[in-house]
Amino acid sequence: MAMARAQDSHKVQRRAIARGLMHALMILVCIACAVPLLLIVSASLTDERALVENGFQLIPSKFSFYAYQFLLADSGRILRAYGISIFVTCVGASLSLLLMSLLGYALSRKDFPLRRLISFFVFFPLLFNAGLVPFYILMSRTLHLKDNLLALILPPLVLPFFTLLLRTYFSTLPRDLIEAAKLDGASEWRIFFQIVVPLSTPALATVGLFSLLFYWNDFYLSLLFINNPRYYNLQYLLYKIISDLQVLENSFMQSGTKPPLESVRMAMAVLAMGPVLFAFLFVQKYFVRGITVGSLKGD
Amino acid sequence: MSGKTLVPPEATSQGVTPRPASAKPTQGTAFMQRLHRERARSGPLFLMALPGLLVLFTFSYLPLPDMILAFKDFKAAQGVWGSRWVGLTNFQFLFGTGTAWRIIRNTLFLNSLFIVATLVASLALATLLNEISDSFFARIYQSILFFPYFVSYVIVGYFVFIFLSSDNGVVNHVLQNVGRQPVNWFNQPSYWPIILTLVTLWHNLGYYTVIYLAGIIAINPEYYEAARIDGATKWQEIRYIMLPLIRPLIIINVLLAVGRIFFANFDLFINVTRQQGALLPTTDVIDTYVYRTLTTLGNFNMASAAGLFQAVAGFVLVVLANWIVRRVDADQALF
Repeated sequence: MAMARAQDSHKVQRRAIARGLMHALMILVCIACAVPLLLIVSASLTDERALVENGFQLIPSKFSFYAYQFLLADSGRILRAYGISIFVTCVGASLSLLLMSLLGYALSRKDFPLRRLISFFVFFPLLFNAGLVPFYILMSRTLHLKDNLLALILPPLVLPFFTLLLRTYFSTLPRDLIEAAKLDGASEWRIFFQIVVPLSTPALATVGLFSLLFYWNDFYLSLLFINNPRYYNLQYLLYKIISDLQVLENSFMQSGTKPPLESVRMAMAVLAMGPVLFAFLFVQKYFVRGITVGSLKGD
Repeated sequence: MSGKTLVPPEATSQGVTPRPASAKPTQGTAFMQRLHRERARSGPLFLMALPGLLVLFTFSYLPLPDMILAFKDFKAAQGVWGSRWVGLTNFQFLFGTGTAWRIIRNTLFLNSLFIVATLVASLALATLLNEISDSFFARIYQSILFFPYFVSYVIVGYFVFIFLSSDNGVVNHVLQNVGRQPVNWFNQPSYWPIILTLVTLWHNLGYYTVIYLAGIIAINPEYYEAARIDGATKWQEIRYIMLPLIRPLIIINVLLAVGRIFFANFDLFINVTRQQGALLPTTDVIDTYVYRTLTTLGNFNMASAAGLFQAVAGFVLVVLANWIVRRVDADQALF
């Protein structure tokens, strides 16, 4: 009896240690995830001279909000880039969600003629893609979209993967509901917007979020098609100022004083991350549900 | 065409029942009626699908014919179709100079590293998260782990620079503090496969952990209970119950990644290596090569040849991977 109890307490103790170890390990991993971003934040809050002398540190050796003040005082460039990013992201993501869900819905309907053929048409680009050169020729020589915001909005509007994910989700909705609405004389458009859309929030939220994220983080299309600094979006401006210090210096020529380059760069990175963190806190739940639900399948 | 022609099914069947003397014309009208109804019904659906299909056609199908550029000597003035045919010359150049070998090797090697590292690490973390019974903490861990997935590679490039910058970077700072020589990281290609793997892990770990965790959570707890009654240890539970049960999920995810092994993560390579020439021997991949050749050298010929090779090799591999998935678990096959 006593021995059994001793064994039991031994077991409890071991389990507690194991649990402690697991938490410790997870905390380490989480630190590894957070530290890189905290370093950027810290650098943006460090005095420029301290940054040059002591290097980058997790806790600023000398606090300074100067980089942010500097950006605020001479905010034309970054505000413009913000504006471009917000405009492209909002227009692109909402249009993208609309087009993809309409297409996905049509494909989810068993009574849609040519359903298989059109599904394949949507699916095929996942398998075979023309690649950069033909795409570049199309955009610059055929459509003349260089230095045009449409170059940032149009190409990612319909992504096959998400269209098919939406189709899969829509096809799990009860068919009777749509049939009943049709008997009541509802039009297809009304059925879609008033019945299908409200029932599909998890899938729409996931795809919408992916789309938002894609547009907000996109720098590739700007890299290819935007030369005019007036159309730089936030990511591309960030890319430019880290790959070419001259760009940053030129950006702030008007101010006359030499800008604190390192900390200003980092402050801009923080400002670019801000909205993503904000969005993340709200939609994470949908996101997790969405990526785990949306198994993608052909016919 | 409009909604007015939409007749409730009862009404039509009633209208047809009293058959007139001659059957033929009625059949014709019935057929016309059906066709009419069909069009009225699918017209709006077509209209819904149309804008998306047009976009897809423009950006995914319209460029396809221009792939023949790989067999031509492109002159901008003559356009794609007016340019001279040169047969396989572009490919001879590409594969003759060793460039092709380098970019293909780097692409395949680095992507394999990423796949293996991500798989092992995310499985381990998913197992760990599953064991943590305190759901409050588990949720917080999961959120922190997941957030990097949302961070753009431009910003990833920023912190890699903070870590590896030769004069004021964090890593060199630490090295000097422990009495080691600082390293000029952006000049040392041999370190970069590891650096890039770590960066990829940082960015994607949370995403795959969430996927595997969902698979693990879906396992019926009765299996574990049964094992526990039989005196199984935690390791045995993981080894003999959890892993075999999520094996299909693992295989599918790995095969999907393998199917895309010829395609590198362009954003990662451009932003993190900062296109340093010294790093090209280990970090030049097909996508960066095509981009550089096209935009900075303006060499459409080499870029098209490498692009065509990538598209075809990628296609073959995706089809192959899917064929294998189909054999493992037909439900999970892409097509």
